Amino acid sequence: MVLVPTAYAPSSNNKTSSWRTTRPVIDYSKCTRCMICWKFCPDVAIGVTFGEKLDYPNERFSKLEAPFINYDYCKGCGICASECPFDAIDMVQESEM
Amino acid sequence: MPFSIPKEEYMMSGHTACAGCGATLAMRYVMKAMGENTVVTVPASCWAVIPGNYPNTALKVPFIYTPFASTGATISGIREALDEEGKEDYNVVGFAGDGGTADIGLQALSAAMERGHNVFYIMYDNEAYMNTGIQRSSSTPFGAWTTTTPVGKDRVYKRENKKVVADLMMAQKVPYVATASIAFPEDLIRKIQNAKKIKGPKFIQILSPCPPGWYFNAENTVKIARLAVETRIFPLYEYAEGKFVLYKNPNPLPVEKYLEIQGRFNHLSPEEIRTIQENVNRRWEELLEREKGKVIP
Repeated sequence: MVLVPTAYAPSSNNKTSSWRTTRPVIDYSKCTRCMICWKFCPDVAIGVTFGEKLDYPNERFSKLEAPFINYDYCKGCGICASECPFDAIDMVQESEM
Repeated sequence: MPFSIPKEEYMMSGHTACAGCGATLAMRYVMKAMGENTVVTVPASCWAVIPGNYPNTALKVPFIYTPFASTGATISGIREALDEEGKEDYNVVGFAGDGGTADIGLQALSAAMERGHNVFYIMYDNEAYMNTGIQRSSSTPFGAWTTTTPVGKDRVYKRENKKVVADLMMAQKVPYVATASIAFPEDLIRKIQNAKKIKGPKFIQILSPCPPGWYFNAENTVKIARLAVETRIFPLYEYAEGKFVLYKNPNPLPVEKYLEIQGRFNHLSPEEIRTIQENVNRRWEELLEREKGKVIP
């Protein structure tokens, strides 16, 4: 017996990509995989990827997990770009993509 | 790379918070520290609208809405019901904004803490009623513009100092009281893990900057939360079972660094900024005295 209204739909059904006017783009040749961008994303739109053929600063970094941006949910706030200690994330205007 | 905070996510994407919202970061870190066996209660606040319309939920754990004034009462009831069912390992969390804590929910909070239920009360402090349109709360700092303390010809910005609820909770001898910041997630998660070891009421106040309400660019959310600690405007401390520990940064920055990038402080004159600096210094001295064991009235 349900006494109170209960809800089951996960909010990830809603895509928030249309909120964005600028998008973050990771330059993997500068990225040291420190995951600070992942840590500070308020939309949980930065995930962790394994073993993909990404660029790297030198080949020792090729064995590490790397961040990737889920553009379905990114709202383009720019926290990742401003917190990146290596300036590896650029904010690019959506109209230029 | 080793992850400095737990990797599991209990908050989902697709929520309807503004871009760069500090409150969602606070919830994300709190849930990472709490884990799966958690029940979250929110009163009317930004977090009441962030999960979205009715069938949607942004958390992977039970999430209960409650009227504005009754977060403390609701978490007390949930705790006692879970204990009755033998689920004593569950964490019961009340997650309220500063309006629902410092103004409207204060009596329910104070009563729940006094009764000594084994609950967490998390206050995410965005320093005004942001959800309804930036009205002044008692947690709004001195000098801030809000829609109910507008700055026009008459300059009626907020003239009263911020009421720090964590200090009230220490005066009430709550077993665990802490302040935390979204700019230091490792510290925030460590504090919640420390609090979990204590059986009794726990209160944590988290500063969560609000880009539309404080008038700054969304990319500066974490930077402003960090500046609030570095300028000593929002000191970080931990009060556990009678012992008070203050985080002391050796090189404090002047308060202008924090005030100058926020539009809500744009109208302040140099004398008013000096007043804010004096208040910050006085409060810091009081906290140092408290750490030495002298009780501040």
